[in-house]
Amino acid sequence: MRNKWLWVASVFVYAFLYLPLVIVIAYSFNDSRLNAEWVGFTLHWYQVLLNDEQMLRAALNSLLIACTASGIATVLGTMAGIAIHRYKLKLLPVLVITPVAMPEILLGVSLLLFFIQVLNLTLGMLSVLIAHITFCIGFVAIIVRARLAGMDESIFEAARDLGATPWQTFRLVTLPLILPGVIAGALMAFTLSIDDFVITFFTAGVGVATLPLQIYSMIKIAVTPEVNAVSTLLMMLTLGMIVIASRISPEAIKGNA
Amino acid sequence: MALLQIENVTRRYGALAAVEDVSFSVEAGEFFTLLGPSGCGKTTLLRMIAGFEAPDAGRILLDGIDLAGTPAERRPVHTVFQSYALFPHMTVAENIAFRLKMAGKEPQTVKVGVKEALAEVHLEDKADCFPHELSGGQKQRVALARGLVNRPRLLLLDEPLGALDAKLRQEMQIELIKLQKNVGVTFVFVTHAQQEALALSHRIAVMREGHIEQMAEPAKLYSFPHNRFVADFIGHINLFEVIVKEATTGHLRLTASGLGEIIAPPPDGVKAGESGWFAIRPEQVCIGQRHDVELKNRFTGTVCDYLYIGDVTTYKVELENGTLIEALMANSEPGRARFFEVGDEVTVAWRHDAGHFLDE
Ligand SMILES: Nc1ncnc2c1ncn2[C@@H]1O[C@H](COP(=O)(O)OP(=O)(O)OP(=O)(O)O)[C@@H](O)[C@H]1O
Ligand SMILES: [Mg+2]
Repeated sequence: MRNKWLWVASVFVYAFLYLPLVIVIAYSFNDSRLNAEWVGFTLHWYQVLLNDEQMLRAALNSLLIACTASGIATVLGTMAGIAIHRYKLKLLPVLVITPVAMPEILLGVSLLLFFIQVLNLTLGMLSVLIAHITFCIGFVAIIVRARLAGMDESIFEAARDLGATPWQTFRLVTLPLILPGVIAGALMAFTLSIDDFVITFFTAGVGVATLPLQIYSMIKIAVTPEVNAVSTLLMMLTLGMIVIASRISPEAIKGNA
Repeated sequence: MALLQIENVTRRYGALAAVEDVSFSVEAGEFFTLLGPSGCGKTTLLRMIAGFEAPDAGRILLDGIDLAGTPAERRPVHTVFQSYALFPHMTVAENIAFRLKMAGKEPQTVKVGVKEALAEVHLEDKADCFPHELSGGQKQRVALARGLVNRPRLLLLDEPLGALDAKLRQEMQIELIKLQKNVGVTFVFVTHAQQEALALSHRIAVMREGHIEQMAEPAKLYSFPHNRFVADFIGHINLFEVIVKEATTGHLRLTASGLGEIIAPPPDGVKAGESGWFAIRPEQVCIGQRHDVELKNRFTGTVCDYLYIGDVTTYKVELENGTLIEALMANSEPGRARFFEVGDEVTVAWRHDAGHFLDE
């Protein structure tokens, strides 16, 4: 009896989570201008997408920012993760992880003020990039630290004991051992960056559009199936990344995502 | 000149002195053991020799040269960690090759070296296994091979057998002795298992709360402990509170309250009137019926307990004054677990040159 209700409950939960996504995907193939009723299958909206120059520019921007931000955040986040693990400092984890827990809107506003009032920076690609790196570092650091936490400390001492310099120890022992965490962190950072709306909205200014910003500006006018199409592609990319990340480092994703 | 010299080394953690004013030296080719209860500073001492920690005071010299400025990676000293600390992402061969590669050896030399090292620990067929595919004993051997492959001046072993079961432990002890003899590398071995220390070592330093209490060869340490702590830590021992009645060059006459006189061998510098303890090992105490004993130190008592452990049985005997004494007897008759029953009147006795007087 109990099992049955549990089963029903989980069906509802999953339906609630995934039905909207399924509908978005389905209507991207709908041969109609409206997201109202099913008419027939078409790839028309994907074609429209490919000829939409604004959309393509936004996609390019997003990819560029996501690649650069996740790359830089991965290097910095890995270093932060190792430092947190190694030096057992009290304050460092708090400093690194706060941006992860802070409401995005707060982070967005404060970054905006910081860029304009303190740095005197013109908002654009660079400000978005810096903002994305800021909130991605924490995620990478958490995953790398989780990976290190279960490890026998004496392995690293053994490397030094056997004649490896600190740099050789990092390259030959530490890095290979945390690599799954680093890759998972990089993929997480990439998906976070490419999906981000709130922080990007505040830090992008007028000149630059990323995919989420572009989608938002389009639905302000009307939700066309083109939006469905681009959303579907974005979803697939994100999903692919998460699947790869969970394959490479299951414990990192389970523990922190 | 000794290979390793430890001179007045101290290491503090906050207010706690983990190692305090410790000095000793180890000769080349020696199997030297640091023995002591948990938390007495053995690991701390090893880590200072390896270079993972620096002493707060004192010097550590290898071949007469102060190691103070030399980082761990440049010391010709390797460590076998209690957890083995094998690199999990490398095969057995790669683990062993690590040291040779770090030393900048040619690939051909590395290959030959790894092969020889594997042969030394009888693991030729496991070269391409990963550590998680090995048993505890096999991991232990890889750790040994890895530490020995480049023939360090000194190999430090921190309770390397601690994680093995009793049977395997004994096998590894025998192998360890053989290996050390074959390769001729000096070992500094850490353990809190006194039997292991006695079985393996050329010399043992007994540590307690950061100090060395006594340093001697195994048989000397066992037979002539300097104080109650060492006596009690190494094996079992009976202790009686006594007062020195007479001290001559030939013997020591002691009085144990309510028991009478005990004749003991004389240590240096003991004077009449001193108080202390008389210590004697259970296996030196003979137990028998009233008539079959012809020894000077002889007391009567009642068997109040016994413990059969296979090869021997330990009898607990309550003497006339209420003191308990343990006596050990080999089980020489097949199928017989004890020669005395609880409640039996027995005589315990020992030679006049057995046991000894401890003043602290
Ligand atoms: N990094 C450290 N920080 C603070 N105290 C420490 C540290 N390392 C060791 N100690 C303390 O120093 C003392 C000696 O520790 P050590 O590890 O040398 O003992 P040990 O003899 O190796 O014990 P065991 O047999 O349990 O391994 C202990 O009281 C321990 O709590
Ligand atoms: Mg220890």
